[in-house]
Amino acid sequence: MSLRFGIAVFPGTWSDRDCAHAVELTGAEAVSLWHADADVKGCDVVVLPGGFAYGDYLRTGAIARFAPLMEAVREHARQGGLVLGICNGFQILCEAGMLPGALLRNASLQFRCQPCGLRVETTSSPFLGCAQRGQVLRIPVSHGEGRFYADEETMARLNGEGRVAFRYSDESGQLTSAANPNGSLENVAGILNEAGNVLGMMPHPERACEELLGSDQGLLLFRPVIGQLARPAG
Amino acid sequence: MRAVSAAAAAPSEAELQELALSAMEYQSATAQLGRVPNRLELGMLAALWSEHCSYKTSKALLRQLPSGGSRVVQGPGENAGVIDLGDDLLCCFKIESHNHPSAVEPVQGAATGVGGILRDVFAMGARPVAILDSIRFGDADDPRQRQRFARVVEGIGWYGNCIGVPTVGGETYFDPAYQHNCLVNAMCVGLATRDHLVRARAAGPGNPLLLVGADTGRDGIHGATFASVQLDQAAESRRPAVQVGNPFLEKCLLEACLELVGDPDLIGLQDCGAAGLTSSCAEMAHRGDVGLEIAVDRVSRRERAMTPYEVMLSESQERMVLVVSRGSEERFQAAFRRWGLRSDVIGRVIEEPLFRVTEAGDEVASLPLQVLVSGFPERHPEASPPDLAPLFSANPLDRPPPWTAEEAWLRLLASPNCADANWIWRQYDHQVGDDTVIGPGADAAVLRLRGRGDALAVTVDSAHRSAALDPRQATAIAVAEAVRNLACVGAEPLGITNCLNFGDPDRPEIMWQLQEAVAGLADAARAFGVPVVSGNVSLYNQFDGQGIPPTPTVGVVGLLPDLDRRVGSGFREEGDLVALVGPAGAGALGVELGGSEYQRLAHGLLEGQAPELDLDQERRSAAAIRSAIQRGLLKSVHDCSLGGLAVALAESALLGGFGVRVRAPLNRQHVAPPGWVFGVLFGESQGRYLVTLSPDSLEAATSLFSQLATPFDSLGQVGGDVIAIEGLAEIDLRAAGAAWRGAIPDRLERPLSAGA
Repeated sequence: MSLRFGIAVFPGTWSDRDCAHAVELTGAEAVSLWHADADVKGCDVVVLPGGFAYGDYLRTGAIARFAPLMEAVREHARQGGLVLGICNGFQILCEAGMLPGALLRNASLQFRCQPCGLRVETTSSPFLGCAQRGQVLRIPVSHGEGRFYADEETMARLNGEGRVAFRYSDESGQLTSAANPNGSLENVAGILNEAGNVLGMMPHPERACEELLGSDQGLLLFRPVIGQLARPAG
Repeated sequence: MRAVSAAAAAPSEAELQELALSAMEYQSATAQLGRVPNRLELGMLAALWSEHCSYKTSKALLRQLPSGGSRVVQGPGENAGVIDLGDDLLCCFKIESHNHPSAVEPVQGAATGVGGILRDVFAMGARPVAILDSIRFGDADDPRQRQRFARVVEGIGWYGNCIGVPTVGGETYFDPAYQHNCLVNAMCVGLATRDHLVRARAAGPGNPLLLVGADTGRDGIHGATFASVQLDQAAESRRPAVQVGNPFLEKCLLEACLELVGDPDLIGLQDCGAAGLTSSCAEMAHRGDVGLEIAVDRVSRRERAMTPYEVMLSESQERMVLVVSRGSEERFQAAFRRWGLRSDVIGRVIEEPLFRVTEAGDEVASLPLQVLVSGFPERHPEASPPDLAPLFSANPLDRPPPWTAEEAWLRLLASPNCADANWIWRQYDHQVGDDTVIGPGADAAVLRLRGRGDALAVTVDSAHRSAALDPRQATAIAVAEAVRNLACVGAEPLGITNCLNFGDPDRPEIMWQLQEAVAGLADAARAFGVPVVSGNVSLYNQFDGQGIPPTPTVGVVGLLPDLDRRVGSGFREEGDLVALVGPAGAGALGVELGGSEYQRLAHGLLEGQAPELDLDQERRSAAAIRSAIQRGLLKSVHDCSLGGLAVALAESALLGGFGVRVRAPLNRQHVAPPGWVFGVLFGESQGRYLVTLSPDSLEAATSLFSQLATPFDSLGQVGGDVIAIEGLAEIDLRAAGAAWRGAIPDRLERPLSAGA
């Protein structure tokens, strides 16, 4: 049976349609999840897409974390369900406490829309089941506030527990500052929760699902390997 | 109900001046009304009779433009023009200026320009799929200009990025002539299915009028009037006439409106733009041959104690008005509530063609729509050409060059007008929507159309400096360049939108420029058989008596028959042949420097003749290029534009990452006099495409171009580490890349305290 993806729609979300398109390219089913409904409609995977949920007033993701839908998303994750937060979705996951750290204004103080290299740092997540460690994926970013930051202790934990999913790198996998579009700490582009079932990433895999648009390497994020949970959900 | 008092006192001269209403216009209004209008009525009249809303100076000229055709679904006169893409898919597009607001408050001015043009498109029931912009600023080395420019880029990006519509293309030009009057033109393209097309028309007396979106505040009062007068030293004090944008609110409005289009109870939809409720409601009612009554007390406000005058003339952004069938209003209001939007029933359609405003049950304004919307006296200011003879008589080729050819080539590549604009467009989300196949930095942007094999192509182009020498020719050139840009990706032009940016039309030489430009636009539109379906006129781009150079801008939309056969402008493979397609007539030598970028950089002046233009040849060449692309004969195509052959060659080389060696196009038949080297390199002769093809395709290409009566001149080959035009100049590929890629970031990231 094909997977069922729930695509969250908050007021201000704009990559919901792109995410649904990407899901459909994999042959899976995409359903829309409305922010005001505390219901993930029995989905296997919840996607929190990019955008400016609730206008990103106060701080990115700061208001969205209070949406009724987020209660249901939290419960879904607690039960081991998969959650993929992309761009604004990653920011929301951090604000909701489902992922550690924070996303600050880009070091350039400017919005950046550009292709990036993402080095895969771990395969211990259903989302990365089809990836290879060290592989460099070409996936674009598009954000003004994507500079990942965490305190030393948190960063050490993320590194120690192998929870950094991606780092910005050049084509050969070198973690250079030129490859880092926003000044992220240790070039971090995406991280996992402890159980590995919640992934937050600033780049937009849904924009890299067709050769026609420059890359199809983002598709693997929409082809999670269910049943490959590395650790029991907490 | 108490009726409007007939005993209003006549306004003073100062009051009329404040409203930018002439004594003659005021007299005409009183004569038509048969009474003295009260202050609210006068404010409403002044707003709708402003140049910005009425086009009173340009209307007669604009009638010359061809606007019909088999693909035209909606021509000028609605929120945006609409053309038929086939299979019930419609393309809705328009370009509009936000020059005055951007000059005074760059971030908000530019942002609300984008917000306004987006509303024009979704008011028609179309989903916006692309934004393009055309920006003109003063000297890029002037810290104040750099700062303002960076803030305009920020404003455009902020609005587009937040709302989730990709900014796929545009153009930027710096010239000291725009020092005090920057130009910010924004274009939006949307797609709608035929059954979802909505018109901004009121109908059915008794039907309710809904206002949805932002609360109404005191911002932007008399913005339309502000846009219709010259800027001066006191412009800063008009900052309150600039609106403040809220892209989040607009995103919600957009989604809510698009959910509702196609509902049979939705009768008319219109955005509140310039002159706010007054203009949106009056135009809706007038188009539908009905009247409207508005109760100002039902309008939700952002501020206390607002007068009816302030409510009716506020330009608060992110508001839409709807006319819906009686009894369905609650359903519409519930749909808006779901998106967190407030809506109010603020009035109703009435039988008599009147615009009636009430407050607490008392009538505070009552104006016949005929007078309000179309009663303005058309203006026909005197037009006469300036004396250009001294400029024409100069031969730009005679000026001794201040640099060597190599030096000049690198300087042109480092001119912010020719340089790589990546620094600008990487700040714009150009990918959201997952349809951008070719984005910014190309000759034209290409967007896929879901479920179809063809694709949409869009470009925006303006007349260059030569417009000051020959506005008619230069405007036609802008259209020809847009057609060439579309041809470069393989697309056929289908519709034009235009934005005419000019100085004060009361000056005879400026009125002449406007007349000539419209004639040139009509010439070119006819020659290419492409209708002008929407547009905007921005006059009074003038500061302390000094006007901008005439700057007509066109946005052109086209279709690429087979997306898989598109080409880009960068070289693709070493060993490919390089050829020049299209040079003809007097332009065949390519040495026309009049109004060129080289002339501006090297000599800081403007003289000579505008380049020649052969519209018949342009049409044939564009068709030939499209045909060659369709047959898969060409591997790259690039238009020779600003900076001429030398810059086009360098751009294709740098985009592809290959060197190139060609011969000068003239050495077969002509011998160049010494001063002509710069003309050959940097002349901006029209109608030229720089193409590459595999050696295997040479025979087929030669025969196709000859069959289609299009000159084809094989010049050389792709490869090596230099960009060389034999016998004239040669530059290192890396040095060229550093100059071209560094020009804009080096200027814009330089500390503001540093000068040139």
